[in-house]
Amino acid sequence: MYRSGTALQFLFFKYFGLYHKLLYVCVSKPADMKKLMSIRLLVISLLFSPSLLAQVTIKGVVNDNRNNPVVGASISLKDSYDGTTTDTTGRYSFKTTEKGAQVLLVTAISYKAWEQPVKLESGVLTIDIILKQEISELTAVVLSAGTFEASDRKRAAAVLDPIDIVTTASANGDITQALKTLPGAQQVGESEGLFVRGGTAGETKTFIDGTLVNNFFFSSVPNIAQFGRFSPFIFKGTVFSTGGYSALYGQALSAALILESIDLPEQSSANLGLSVIGGSAGYQHLSKNKKSSFGASYSYTNLAPAFAIIKQRQDYSTVPYYHNADANFRVKTSKTGMLKYYGYFSNNKLAFTVNSIDSIGYLDRFALANTNHFHNLSWKENLQGKWKINAGLSYSNNKDDIRSAMQTLAGNDVLLTNLEAKTFKLDMKGDYFNAKLVLEKKFKGMSGIRFGSEYNYSKDRSVYTGYNGQEYPGKFRETVAAAFAEADMYATNDLALKGGLRLEHSAQLSKVNLAPRFSLAYKTGKGSQASLAYGIFYQNPERRYLPSLQPLSFMKATHYILQYQKVLNQQSFRTEIFYKKYDNLVKTGHTGFTEAALNNDGFGEAKGIELFWRDKRTIKNFDYWVSYSFLDTKRDFLNFPTAITPNFAAKHTGSLVMKKFVQKVKTNFNLSYTYSSGRPYYNIRYDGAAYAFTDRGTIPDFHNVSFALNFLPSVGKKDAKSFAVYVLQVSNIFNIRQTYGYQYSYNGLRKEAIVPTSRMFVYIGAFISFGVDRTDDVINSGL
Amino acid sequence: MKSVMLFILAAMLLQPAFSQSEKYVGAMKKNIAAIDSALSKNEFSSLTDIAAGFERIGDAEKTQWLPFYYAAYCRITLAFVKNEVSENDIIADKVDELIAKAVALEKNNSELSLLKAMNTSLRMLVNPMQRWMEFGPKMQQYSQDAMTQDPTNPRPYWFNGVSLKNTPVEFGGGCGNAKPLLDKALELYAGFTPASELHPNWGKQVCEKEVAGCK
Repeated sequence: MYRSGTALQFLFFKYFGLYHKLLYVCVSKPADMKKLMSIRLLVISLLFSPSLLAQVTIKGVVNDNRNNPVVGASISLKDSYDGTTTDTTGRYSFKTTEKGAQVLLVTAISYKAWEQPVKLESGVLTIDIILKQEISELTAVVLSAGTFEASDRKRAAAVLDPIDIVTTASANGDITQALKTLPGAQQVGESEGLFVRGGTAGETKTFIDGTLVNNFFFSSVPNIAQFGRFSPFIFKGTVFSTGGYSALYGQALSAALILESIDLPEQSSANLGLSVIGGSAGYQHLSKNKKSSFGASYSYTNLAPAFAIIKQRQDYSTVPYYHNADANFRVKTSKTGMLKYYGYFSNNKLAFTVNSIDSIGYLDRFALANTNHFHNLSWKENLQGKWKINAGLSYSNNKDDIRSAMQTLAGNDVLLTNLEAKTFKLDMKGDYFNAKLVLEKKFKGMSGIRFGSEYNYSKDRSVYTGYNGQEYPGKFRETVAAAFAEADMYATNDLALKGGLRLEHSAQLSKVNLAPRFSLAYKTGKGSQASLAYGIFYQNPERRYLPSLQPLSFMKATHYILQYQKVLNQQSFRTEIFYKKYDNLVKTGHTGFTEAALNNDGFGEAKGIELFWRDKRTIKNFDYWVSYSFLDTKRDFLNFPTAITPNFAAKHTGSLVMKKFVQKVKTNFNLSYTYSSGRPYYNIRYDGAAYAFTDRGTIPDFHNVSFALNFLPSVGKKDAKSFAVYVLQVSNIFNIRQTYGYQYSYNGLRKEAIVPTSRMFVYIGAFISFGVDRTDDVINSGL
Repeated sequence: MKSVMLFILAAMLLQPAFSQSEKYVGAMKKNIAAIDSALSKNEFSSLTDIAAGFERIGDAEKTQWLPFYYAAYCRITLAFVKNEVSENDIIADKVDELIAKAVALEKNNSELSLLKAMNTSLRMLVNPMQRWMEFGPKMQQYSQDAMTQDPTNPRPYWFNGVSLKNTPVEFGGGCGNAKPLLDKALELYAGFTPASELHPNWGKQVCEKEVAGCK
C-alpha cells in the first residue's frame, strides 16, 4: 500500500526543486565602466611607478604529490599585489619590484596552502612547488565496496538520492521494495525481507539511528510478503550494505540496512491523505526559533474496498486493517547537537481461509492479530577537541496472536485425523531493548577513530496451545553485548583505508566472537575509484532454534568484495565481484515429532558479479537505472540433504527503473521492470532415517512490470495554500502469471504453486498538505 | 624656508599612503576592466586568474572588502558559465571563504547578500531535486536580505527575475511571472549610482537583454 503522511511534502520539494534550475549563460558583464585610468593617475604612476626600478622574475611549476600539474593555483608574494596563477601545465611566471625578504604563498582549491620565505635581489628566481592535497569529503575517495548509499551528504559520488526510494514504481512506497531494484537483493515474493547474495532474509538486519530494529516488517503471514512498518518519509539517509560493512554493525551474516531519521522539518505543516483503502492525518510543528519540533500522525488502512474489486486468492473473514500512529520530537540541543525521539504504534488484524492442500474439500484457516510499539531515542553531539558522540536507545514490544485451524467448506472448525497439528494457537510476546554508544575522534584530513559498544536484550515468551488444549509455554532471554573499534585512514584524497574489530558475547550461547573488518578505496581517475572489502561476520542461530538441545555456536560468514565505480556528470556505473563463504550454519534434524537444531555443521558459499548503471543526463527530465546480478550459490543448512542452491536464490536478477516528468501535464511517470530467472524448489521430507528430496525442480522465470503516476496539480501555483498529490499505481500491469515457488501437502502427494494474492493491484489515492506558517513567497513580498 | 622643508617632509611622509591608495584604486580598476573584457570576449577561463588577482589585493590590503567581493563574483560567474555542477560544491566552499572575508569587513551589505544567494543556488544546482528543501529557503532568505539591505540595488531583482524566467511556466516561472521583477530591476538600474567607481555596478545590459527576450 502506498505510504501517506508527509509524502506530498517530499514530492512538492522534489518537483519544485527540479524545475527551479537557474540557467545562467553569460551571467553578467560589468556595465558602464569608466575609462581605465585617468590622466592624473597615469602621470602619478609614471612618476612613481616601481616598474622603473629593477624587477625580479619568479617562475616555476606547481605539481601535486603525484607529479600532476596543479592548474589555476594562485601564486603571490604575501602582502603584495604581485602574483599570478598557474597555466594548464602548472607553470607560472611573474615579475615583481618587491625586494629583500619576502614570503612566497601558493594556494589552490583542494590543496593545502604552501608558503616559503624568499630573498629577492635581481634576475630570475625559479621555484618549483609541490602542493599537498587537502583531504576533504568533497574530493576524497569513498569507502564504497558493498554499499549503496542514499543520503543528503554533500558528496558527488552518491548514486542514489533519498527521494529515489519513494519514486520507484515497483516500490509502492516501501523501502525494501525499492532496494530490491538494486543489485544484490533477490526478487522473493512469498515472504518479506531482503535476501542478499545467497543469504536468507534473517541474515539482513535493520538499524534506525544506529540501533537495531527487531520487527522491521509487519508480522509474517504464510506465503504473503509483508511490508515494512516504517514510512520512507521519516528517513533522510539510507545505506544498504550488501556486504563488507563496518564493525559498528553486527549479528548480520549478509547485509545491513542502516537508516537515519530526519532532523527538524523545514516548516510546520498539516497533512491529509485519502485513498480507496484508508486515510491519514498528521501534524508537524516547528517552533518559532526553529530549534525544536514535535509531531504526530495517525493512519487507518482497510483493504476491504480493494479486495472487493481485486479478487484475492484468499477468502478473508477479517480483511486486513491497520491502525498506525506515530509521534516524534526533535530538539536541537546545541549548534551541533540533536536529540530525536520517534515512537510508533500499530494494531492490525487479518483472518482468511484458503482451500486446504492437505485435504480436499476442507479449508485452512489462518488468523493474526498484531500489536507493536517501537520507541527510539537518539542523541548526537560534537564535543570539544573534535570528539563526537552518538548514542541511541530503542525499546520495542511486539505481540502476535496466531490462530490456525481446518474448516469445512461451510466454515466450521474440524479436526481431521493425522492433521491435528494444523489446529493450534500461538501467542507470542517479545520485549526488545537495544542501546548503542559510539565515540568518534576526527584527526587531520578525514582520518578518525570510532569506538563504542552495543547492547541487545530480548525476552520472548510464547504459548503454543495444541488442538487438545495442551499448552506448551516457552520463554527465551538473550543478551548480546558487543564492543567495537575502527579507524579510518586517509593517506591522500586518493587512498583511504578502514580497519575495524568487533567483539561480541552472547549470553545464550555463552560464547564470544571476534570479527575483523577491513576496506580500502583508491581513486583511479576523475570520478572513478576501485575499492575492496573484507570482513568476518557472526550471527546467532535464529530464535526459533533456541534454546537448543545441543549447544550451538555463532554462524559465520566471510566476505570478499571488489568494486569499481565511476560517477561523472549525472551518470553512474558500478560493478562488484564478491565471494562469500559460510561456516557453522545451523543444521536441523528430526527429533521424533519436530524439527530441531542439531549442530553448526552447515556451510555454504556464494559468488557473483553485479552491475549497475544509472543515467540522468542523456535525455532531459528522464532518469533510468539498470541493475543486474549474477549469483552462484550453494549451501547445506537446516534440513538440506546436501549442499544445494537454496530456493531463495535465482541465478540472474535484473531491474530497469524509469522516471520521467512531463511538465505540460505536471505528472511524473514511473515505470519499473524486474526479472528473475527461475529459482529452484524442493520438497525435502524425513523418510524415517534422514531428510531426502522427494521432488525438486525450477520455477518459471519471474517478470513484473509496475507503473505509477503522480499528478501534482498545485505545482507552480504561487498563492496555493495547500499542495496536493494524486497517485495511481498499478503493479504487474501486463497481468503476467507469477510463481514464487511450490508448497506440498502434509503427506507430500499434492503440490501447489505459491502465487501472488492477486495478479494485479491498483491503488488510487490523494494527499494534501497545508503549510501552516508558510511565509509568503519571498519574491512576491519583495515587490 | 622652514615651511617649505616641512612641506617636503610632509609630502615624503604622506607619499606612501597616497601611492598605496592610488595603487589600490589602479589595480582594482584594472581588474574590474579585465572582468568586463573576459565576459565580452567569452574568455571565461581567465576569470580564475582575475579572481586570484582580486584575492591578492584583498589579502594585501586587509581592510578592503571589495577585492573579496569581486574575487567571489568572478568564481561564481565562472561556475555558472561552465555549468559543471559536480564541481560546484568545491567552488562554493571557496566562495564562502571569500564572502566570509568580505563580510568580516563590511556587515549587512546588500551586494554580499546577493552573492550568498547566488552561491547557494550554485550548491542547489548540484542536485536540485534533492537539495531544494535545504537550499531553496536559504537562497530566498539571502535575496530577501539583499533587497532589504539596499532597496535601491537592482541586482537582487535581476537575480530573482532570471531565476523565475528559467523556471518552466507550469511551475510558476516563465516570462509572465519574471517580467515584473526584471522591469523593477531595470527601473532600479536606471536610477542606480554606485557608491564609488569601484563599487559593483554590473548587470544592466544583461537585464535589458532578459527583458527584451520576454517580449
